[in-house]
Amino acid sequence: MDKEDLIDEIRTRFGADVESYAETFGDQTLAVRREGLRALMSALRAAPYDYAVLLDLTCVDYAAVESRFEMVYHLYSLSGNRRLRIKVSLPAENPVVDSLTGLWKNADWLEREAFDMFGVGFIGHPDLRRILMYEGFEGHPLRKSYPWRKEQPLVPMKD
Amino acid sequence: MSGPGFLATRFDTALGWARKFSLFHYPFVTACCGMEYMSAACAHFDIDRFGAGLTRFSPRQADLLLVVGTVSHKLAPALRTVYDQMVEPRWVIAFGACAVSGGIYQNYATVQGIDRIIPVDIYIPGCPPRPEMVLDGLLKLQEKIQKEPQDWRWTKKT
Repeated sequence: MDKEDLIDEIRTRFGADVESYAETFGDQTLAVRREGLRALMSALRAAPYDYAVLLDLTCVDYAAVESRFEMVYHLYSLSGNRRLRIKVSLPAENPVVDSLTGLWKNADWLEREAFDMFGVGFIGHPDLRRILMYEGFEGHPLRKSYPWRKEQPLVPMKD
Repeated sequence: MSGPGFLATRFDTALGWARKFSLFHYPFVTACCGMEYMSAACAHFDIDRFGAGLTRFSPRQADLLLVVGTVSHKLAPALRTVYDQMVEPRWVIAFGACAVSGGIYQNYATVQGIDRIIPVDIYIPGCPPRPEMVLDGLLKLQEKIQKEPQDWRWTKKT
């Protein structure tokens, strides 16, 4: 399937859920509504799209924008040697999105990282807890609202 | 003159001389500086020439703690424990910019210099420091050990 045909097909199939499409330097990016993410990803995982690999899953904090958080998913198809980027905007007051652990197993730890660093919630995640920071750490350090240089030491510190 | 000779010295000087040439070090290696540590420790630069060649992988058997690389707040309790387990007399070298001051990492995760957790004798800056600088740091530590008042079994503790 051609790259452009593929996008056209996805857009006709998930018309309302796909907000926009952009291609920069050969990379295809779809912006998706968060309500439709799970169904869309489920379809992309299966044939004929066959995006078998979830390369990366991360978050961006656009502090000044109303839809503050943006989840970014990078997919790769081994059979077609194609890549696709999916973006989902999340509101600042309730940054929650469906978990993809049922589709790609590696989403488990990646989502835990996004939760740890940005405080994004994942509905349906089997074990959503911090993965990098220690127990007792307060806040989410990669949020723009986290005070820069703020430390939360575990042992007494001399200054 | 014939027959056995003799040598007159101060006890502290003799003890310092013995200690500075028998440093058993414990490498607390966490990051890329470890490569420079290996280079300094192995045959090319060879800290064994200065009597610090014997690596002990237990802090209880070591008297020189080499903190090589970045120490995060998550790791800080482990470093503190390792230091507490060492038997006196003990010395600490902060190896590399991260151990000295946090280096390029000034953020939520990184301890801004290990001297905020444990006492440090010698700071070796550099990112990473050349093995020559490590040797220089080691020599400076030896000088310090030789000159400091020796703490030994019968010393009265204050």
